[in-house]
Amino acid sequence: MEDQNVEHIFGYPGGAVLPIYDELQNFKSIKHVLVRHEQGAGHAAEGYARSSGKPGVILVTSGPGATNVVTALTDAYMDSIPLVCISGQVPTHLIGTDAFQECDTTGITRPCTKHNWLVKDVDDLAETIHKAFEVATTGRPGPVLVDIPKDIQFQKAKYKKPKKGKKINGKSHNHFSQRSIDELINLMSKSSKPIFYTGGGVINSGPRASELLRELVYTTGFPITSTLQGLGSFPGDDSQFLGMLGMHGTYEANNAMHDCDLMINIGARFDDRITGKIDEFSPKSKKVHIDIDPSSINKNVKVDLAIVGDVKNVISSTLKSLKQKKSKFLKSNKQKTSKWWEKIQKWRSVRSLDYIGSEETIKPQYAIERLYELTKDKDSYITTEVGQHQMWAAQHYKFNKPNRWMTSGGLGTMGYGLPAAVGVQVAHPKKLVIDIAGEASVLMTLQEMSTAVQYNLPIKIFILNNEYMGMVRQWQELLHDKNYSESYTAALPDFVKLAEAYNCVGIRAKTPEELDDRIIEMLNTNRPVIFDCMVDKVENCFPMIPSGKPHNQMILGPKDQESNKITGKGKSLV
Amino acid sequence: MSNSKSAYSLSNKKERFDTHIIVVWVDNEAGVLARVVGLFSGRGYNIESLAVAQVDEKLKISRITIVTTGTPQVVNQIKLQLKKLVPVHKVADFKREDKAVIFKEMALFKIVGPNNKLESALKACKKYNPVLLDKTKKSNVIQITALRREIDKMSNNLKKFGLVSVSRTGAVAMTRGADIFK
Repeated sequence: MEDQNVEHIFGYPGGAVLPIYDELQNFKSIKHVLVRHEQGAGHAAEGYARSSGKPGVILVTSGPGATNVVTALTDAYMDSIPLVCISGQVPTHLIGTDAFQECDTTGITRPCTKHNWLVKDVDDLAETIHKAFEVATTGRPGPVLVDIPKDIQFQKAKYKKPKKGKKINGKSHNHFSQRSIDELINLMSKSSKPIFYTGGGVINSGPRASELLRELVYTTGFPITSTLQGLGSFPGDDSQFLGMLGMHGTYEANNAMHDCDLMINIGARFDDRITGKIDEFSPKSKKVHIDIDPSSINKNVKVDLAIVGDVKNVISSTLKSLKQKKSKFLKSNKQKTSKWWEKIQKWRSVRSLDYIGSEETIKPQYAIERLYELTKDKDSYITTEVGQHQMWAAQHYKFNKPNRWMTSGGLGTMGYGLPAAVGVQVAHPKKLVIDIAGEASVLMTLQEMSTAVQYNLPIKIFILNNEYMGMVRQWQELLHDKNYSESYTAALPDFVKLAEAYNCVGIRAKTPEELDDRIIEMLNTNRPVIFDCMVDKVENCFPMIPSGKPHNQMILGPKDQESNKITGKGKSLV
Repeated sequence: MSNSKSAYSLSNKKERFDTHIIVVWVDNEAGVLARVVGLFSGRGYNIESLAVAQVDEKLKISRITIVTTGTPQVVNQIKLQLKKLVPVHKVADFKREDKAVIFKEMALFKIVGPNNKLESALKACKKYNPVLLDKTKKSNVIQITALRREIDKMSNNLKKFGLVSVSRTGAVAMTRGADIFK
């Protein structure tokens, strides 16, 4: 593993992996981070991978060790995060006998990994591990698992170095023709209402892809919107950026997607939270899809031009051709798109992210705005759990660099953020790492605070505490006749005391007045902090595209609703 | 469903379903069939029949032939998703109507009954090159090789002659002419 440049492993020992743990002590260059639950190991490895661009490595034991990590593997599979999970297995001769802590690990993880292996011969071990790293990191990245029975772990074999340059089965697709690039440029020069729609693929393609994307957007003068996973690939505070799109995206981004005549999808996958009602999704546009995974093309939305390739190579070729053939693109294009920009400005003036402020209670949006203002100069890394707080964070925290935003998008795993923050902090020990959390999510993996304390990882858990599963409550209010079934958590712990119990620091803010001081106090604490931010209990996250609706039928925030109340009819549309 | 409270958009599109024969060349390693079949069940694709066997002993390559139905978009997805699997080498896709491809399936019929019925059964199979594999006073085992729908028809027709058991291989496919699929 040293040969794969592994520096950190997130793991939890157990009977079936002890031989590996024995050996681990002899390799000083690899640091093991002991988590408190295998799911935590998985998410920590995800946070590590997303923030560093390197694959995350997990080591777990057989049976429950392996089943506990399944959620994290599935999460990584959905969000295309490279992970290598090594699991112990009962000795070969006991496989199939329902032995103690046996489970069919490769069977269970088959649908949630890119590939997995059960190593039955120690002579195959080295090669399999190298292959595992290659599969995880090439093409569209994703998790892989290598299951190693205990007897194989005890055996010795001659180690084989990784073979260089040999591609397995050609699963990495990075061949696109100059003709498709020319076609793209042709479409771009004809368009008067263009938009870039970018996703996590830009981040996965590496920091260079984000640089090139910026250059492309500035060269063309086109507006750009991003998915949840793509945030940070383009500066969030730039005037060409329309904000996030999708179910809780901005009014301008979604309307622009609906009305555009050219949509250039770069590394996104037309997820249902993005497209809304698929039949009415951006009806008038030509659609271009740039993606490294051929199976993403035409999966949900039929496109007019597909370019299968690595985002950074495609953008770089596009830029090259653009400069050669249309060196005055921006100038000639400005007039053509000026009406489009006017329209966008009109949508922008709706200010769809606005909310009604308060002097008594902390509005969750306000909390995130203040957190952003007070941390924006710090090159901070943000993770989140899943729910309202996640959407507010995506809306109100502005990201300027890639790999700074770690959130569970595809699978939507509550409990992701805290262990992910652990992983991020391991990868970037000197940086500020904040988990913007909800009180319900954070309780799912809170045990990892103990990990943070053990390794002196000064992560900051910023809980927007509204005592509800906020997003569930919101849907119940809007879609289920205010039937608040089981969405209120009655017996919440005292998070400040809980922090003390974990031997870290607890801070609480109750009023908007004290919020800034408390946040500064948190930032000045060089230890793990649990920040209990008591926010408005019934605030809803707007704007919102009710599912089954197209982009141009959004529900806007309370300001809009006062003048335009959702009546009985509007509600049934939701 | 306009009053639906679903958080997901609903589809009420009705599209045409085509029958396709998908041929997949895979490494014959542990779990490979589970990967292919799991992909179909996990993503909600249909399998009408499945035939699989190793075809190259040296390279350890197996050939899987799957008959499936789906909209053009779904069939395209099936191909692309299959190609993503690590042990998959190549994937071919033929429409059932494709004249350039031979599709065949073998079936074994066990008929139990009096002699005249056994003979009628054998006669009924005449069109499909029947081979009498086993014969007793009371029973026959007949082998035929035919198209899927012909076997469907025959298994229906033979009921009246005392058909008690059917075993089918599932369709296999081969292109006509000297060309092979690359």
